Amino acid sequence: MIEARGLSKRFQDKKRGEIRAVDNVSFTCQPGKIYGLLGANGAGKTTTLRMLATILEPTDGTAIVCGHDIVEQPEKVRANVGFLSTATALYRRLTAQEFVEYFGRLNGLDEPTLKTRVDAIFSRLDMNVFRDRRCDKLSTGMMQKTSIARTLVHDPPVMIFDEPTNGLDIMTARTITGFIRECRDNGKTVIFSTHIMSEVEKLCDTIGIIQSGKLLVEGSLEQLRDKYAEHDLEEIFIKVVTPHYVAEEAN
Amino acid sequence: MSMRNVGIVYRKELTEAIRDRRTVISTILVPLLLFPVLSVGFGSLAVALVGKAKEETPKVMLRGGEDSPAVVEGLRKLDKIDIVSETPDWKDQIINKEIRAAVEVPPGFQTDVAQQKSDTVNIYNYEGELKSEFATDKIEKYMKDYRDKVVKERLAAKNLPDTVLKPFEVKRENVAPPEKVSGAAFGGIIGYMVILLCMTGAMYPAMDLTAGEKERGTMETILSSPISRMHLVLGKFFLVLTAALGTAALSVLSMGVSFSVLGHYTGQTASGRAAAAGFLLKLGPKTVISVFLMALPVAVLFSATLMTIALFAKTYKEAQSYLTPMTFVVIIPAIAAMLPGVELTPKLSLIPILNVSLLCKELVTGTYHWNLIAIIFSSTCVYAAAALFLAVKMFQRESVLFRS
Repeated sequence: MIEARGLSKRFQDKKRGEIRAVDNVSFTCQPGKIYGLLGANGAGKTTTLRMLATILEPTDGTAIVCGHDIVEQPEKVRANVGFLSTATALYRRLTAQEFVEYFGRLNGLDEPTLKTRVDAIFSRLDMNVFRDRRCDKLSTGMMQKTSIARTLVHDPPVMIFDEPTNGLDIMTARTITGFIRECRDNGKTVIFSTHIMSEVEKLCDTIGIIQSGKLLVEGSLEQLRDKYAEHDLEEIFIKVVTPHYVAEEAN
Repeated sequence: MSMRNVGIVYRKELTEAIRDRRTVISTILVPLLLFPVLSVGFGSLAVALVGKAKEETPKVMLRGGEDSPAVVEGLRKLDKIDIVSETPDWKDQIINKEIRAAVEVPPGFQTDVAQQKSDTVNIYNYEGELKSEFATDKIEKYMKDYRDKVVKERLAAKNLPDTVLKPFEVKRENVAPPEKVSGAAFGGIIGYMVILLCMTGAMYPAMDLTAGEKERGTMETILSSPISRMHLVLGKFFLVLTAALGTAALSVLSMGVSFSVLGHYTGQTASGRAAAAGFLLKLGPKTVISVFLMALPVAVLFSATLMTIALFAKTYKEAQSYLTPMTFVVIIPAIAAMLPGVELTPKLSLIPILNVSLLCKELVTGTYHWNLIAIIFSSTCVYAAAALFLAVKMFQRESVLFRS
């Protein structure tokens, strides 16, 4: 379970002064559910997810991930989280197996457990053909599978996906969305960010729309449709975001 | 502190480093091949060129000497010297290397010598030009021998012994052991090489493991794992340190073998190069251990500093532009230690790099000033610890890790 409590992140920019990348964001993600964070580029999605994964530290507020505070116990949080984004690249000079094993060891798995886990994941993701191939020789699809294997190796109860299908071809993107669904079906808590409406419609149990670092609205797809009297998610998104976008432009 | 995690990161970084062609070249191949190429390669070339120059029979122009037939005859009989007749453009001919030198015998030289009047024989040459120097040496030797012969004849004519002109001898004798002599001559180079190669060995991995990781997008991947940033930095740091010390060790080994081969090849046992060979081979385990023990904190200092600086960069190229000026920061004190007369003092013991450089010079001569060694070792350890602390702090700064 993830419980964000007033998460905020401010950066200092030499030209623009203080930037509120995330501003007092609170939400809850339940196990066995997918929470979709929907927002335009620069809305604060990546910063929010990076804070949940403890890659960045919040300026104010906190979040509890699997019972651990992200500020107080970042290492315990990371041990319970699988984090995947298009920015999380592979070590090119390691083989797919070495790469996954490296992260298994960093997650504290002993060698017999690691071997069993790696064998199981490689078989399930159909990765045995390229397990001894160096990562710089893999195709995009193989790379994504290796990344997925990396997030799964320690069997974390929480999965965080930051725009995981960004820039991927349709076949590779389908592998990822299938994997996200599988995580939910296995009872994991899943949060993922995207600006692709169709993905949200297909996958999410709860949708949070974020703009200028603020969580503007939250609910299931049906709840949002009722609230804004629109069927199309894109129209709902525009309705929610436009007033804030206009105000931001005016400032 | 979990050394298990540090070990996991270290082993992974080592695996990647061994598979990286650039790291293997800069850390293993360059130090192994640099000295053989520089010493044996260039040394052999120099020996071959000098040998060839000595083989040549140089043309020397004779100016004057018409009224000094004995001197001219002697010059013409000189082995491997071709005496040619005078032409007005003799200077141009020397400059254009058509002739190698010119010797000017003054008018009435032989008569003047017989009448005990003083004269000057001028030899004109192309200074610094090898073949011209060889020709000049031969002519000069002939003229000096001729002068000595005349002096002997004059003394004999007056029944005076040779000791009239040379009442006593002045002799110089070295009492220092050979290793101290060669150490004083080459000790500075050892310190310089160890320090410089520690730096160059650390440079590439320091950039690859920080800026390179950012550029390849793996920084976010590793930061999402449960490893603490301190363990991550230490794992990376130990790899950079291994590269620094490995490069320095391989270089010293390669230097020793190269000089030894060169000394054997040239057969000049008394020459500087061969002395260096003997000196390196005579370095006892105590000296080698001492030098590397002192190099250890320096290598720590370099590894941590280079990693910290390179971490600021977003790309490998940017890191290169930050670290290249660092080479000068290191070279200047290292060279200063090689200057004649610069010796270790308590004040200089506190200046990083310069202190270890000077100490290495002393260690290889077998001199151990324990109080200064203690100051140097502890001060360098403090600098190294500060640099490592800074590196860990930098890895905890988001503005550095995610600089955009």
